Amino acid sequence: MSIPLLRAAALVLCLLAGLPSAGLAVEEEVVLGLSQDRVAITADFDGSEILIFGAVKREAPIPQGPPLEVIVAVSGPNSPVTVRRKAKRMGIWVNTDSVLVDSAPSFYAIATSAPFQEVISDTEDLRYRISIARAIRSVGAAMNITNAQDFADAVVRIRENEGLYSLRENTVAVDQQTLFRSAIDMPADLTEGHYTARIFLTRAGKVVSSFETDIDVRKVGLERFLYSLSREQPFLYGLMSLAIAIAAGWSASAAFRLLRNN
Amino acid sequence: MQVYLPIAEVSVNAFLLLGLGGIVGILSGMFGVGGGFLMTPLLFFIGIPPVVAVATEANQIVASSFSGVLAHFRRRTVDIKMGMVLQVGGLIGAALGVVVFNYLKSLGQVDLLVTLCYVVFLGVVGTLMFIESLNAIFKSKRTGGAPAPRRQRGWVHALPFKMRFRTSGLYISVIPPIMVGIAVGILAAIMGVGGGFIMVPAMIYILGMPTKVVVGTSLFQIILVTAFTTMLHATTNYTVDIVLAVLLLVGGVIGAQIGTRIGVYLKAEQLRILLALMVMLVCVKLGLDLLLMPNELYSLGAAGGH
Repeated sequence: MSIPLLRAAALVLCLLAGLPSAGLAVEEEVVLGLSQDRVAITADFDGSEILIFGAVKREAPIPQGPPLEVIVAVSGPNSPVTVRRKAKRMGIWVNTDSVLVDSAPSFYAIATSAPFQEVISDTEDLRYRISIARAIRSVGAAMNITNAQDFADAVVRIRENEGLYSLRENTVAVDQQTLFRSAIDMPADLTEGHYTARIFLTRAGKVVSSFETDIDVRKVGLERFLYSLSREQPFLYGLMSLAIAIAAGWSASAAFRLLRNN
Repeated sequence: MQVYLPIAEVSVNAFLLLGLGGIVGILSGMFGVGGGFLMTPLLFFIGIPPVVAVATEANQIVASSFSGVLAHFRRRTVDIKMGMVLQVGGLIGAALGVVVFNYLKSLGQVDLLVTLCYVVFLGVVGTLMFIESLNAIFKSKRTGGAPAPRRQRGWVHALPFKMRFRTSGLYISVIPPIMVGIAVGILAAIMGVGGGFIMVPAMIYILGMPTKVVVGTSLFQIILVTAFTTMLHATTNYTVDIVLAVLLLVGGVIGAQIGTRIGVYLKAEQLRILLALMVMLVCVKLGLDLLLMPNELYSLGAAGGH
């Protein structure tokens, strides 16, 4: 079979497949804009707000039925986390059981255009891992630990209290089922790494389109320099810390002597 | 003004840290303690990860002790020879302490160890010092200010390897000072403290040194032990946060200078009783944390302990 013939056959197949179920092929597509695709952690970094805005591109008129909803999920780099639980032993509270949660994002923020339960069905959430609980993966709980789920819940609870995980419903504004915008607050206590922003368009709880883009979060300038130095040249870094300490101690002493003598 | 700490990876208020450094610095200058036993728990409290707090505090103590010891050098209240002997023990202890610290960190029990150390040591030292200084104050009132006769000829004087310490006016074995040094070195590494609160009473009650040289000598010894601890933490754990240290020590060195001057106007017994009260207060606070049910039973740590 020649190449053009193959192409034609593929096209026909596509058309055939596309005809019966109107919503299967990507009819509505996300065109996205970010106010910034990188976050620089400087010495006076005090959190950051990322504006996420976009439009829905479509060839056909707006479909009938339930309105378009939008979910924006920004997630930090994943890493394993050891969760420890305290229990009373011999009268004092000590860490006893621990569970390794295989993967949990360092930061996770969800913004939706309506209450979460209405925007997406449970099965779709399971498939795309959107909700906070689904973003955490824990399979390696030891056999002797009962209720391992409590440990995963603890990760969510602690990080929600620290402002690292958040679900903010009704914070994505959707205009004419076409334009949408939202703002995600990044807290001051950010860790470095590749963050991803995922956008989901849903209708009647089903994801009709999704889009993913990267946000680079990095220490810059002095922060970058000190962090790298401490990892790559720890001995030099230690000596530098000591030199600063001695110099500060001496200059304070000298300054106060001058003050007293005058 | 918020400052992002590059190693701790948290954002904190710079003025809060300067203020904490200043207050602890004043105490450091007054009592000849590094102030770490107050600062390290305070750092936990404002959200600095414990491993970073312990390592960085060691670095900060270097600065405040150095600032303090210069004032004592000028007044010739540093027993350098005694300091060097204590130092030998201190370095051995610090190396041991960092090994223990890293082992317990991998077990997830480092917080418990640190807190238990604080409660036990602060409790014992605080109580003993409080009782002793109360007695001293009553005695000096009764006898019209005459100094209490120094207890002599304890077990300390029966040991071999004797050495003369002129500044302290002592002729004793080097074994007790080295043992004291080791104990303090271990504490420096595990608790992020200079160990002054152990060192000062140990010098007075075990070694029998005169109170006026105790503070200067303790500061002198603390500098090297904490410098060594800083290097060990920086090279094995990468947990010394230089930005945090600078903020704390700017407040700390200024406070230490003020504190040294306040200390001159107070009597030795008064100084000791104030220090004892403060030590006991911190002990009670930390003890309650262990005994009362915590609000959050769970805690998160990096996987694998490192």
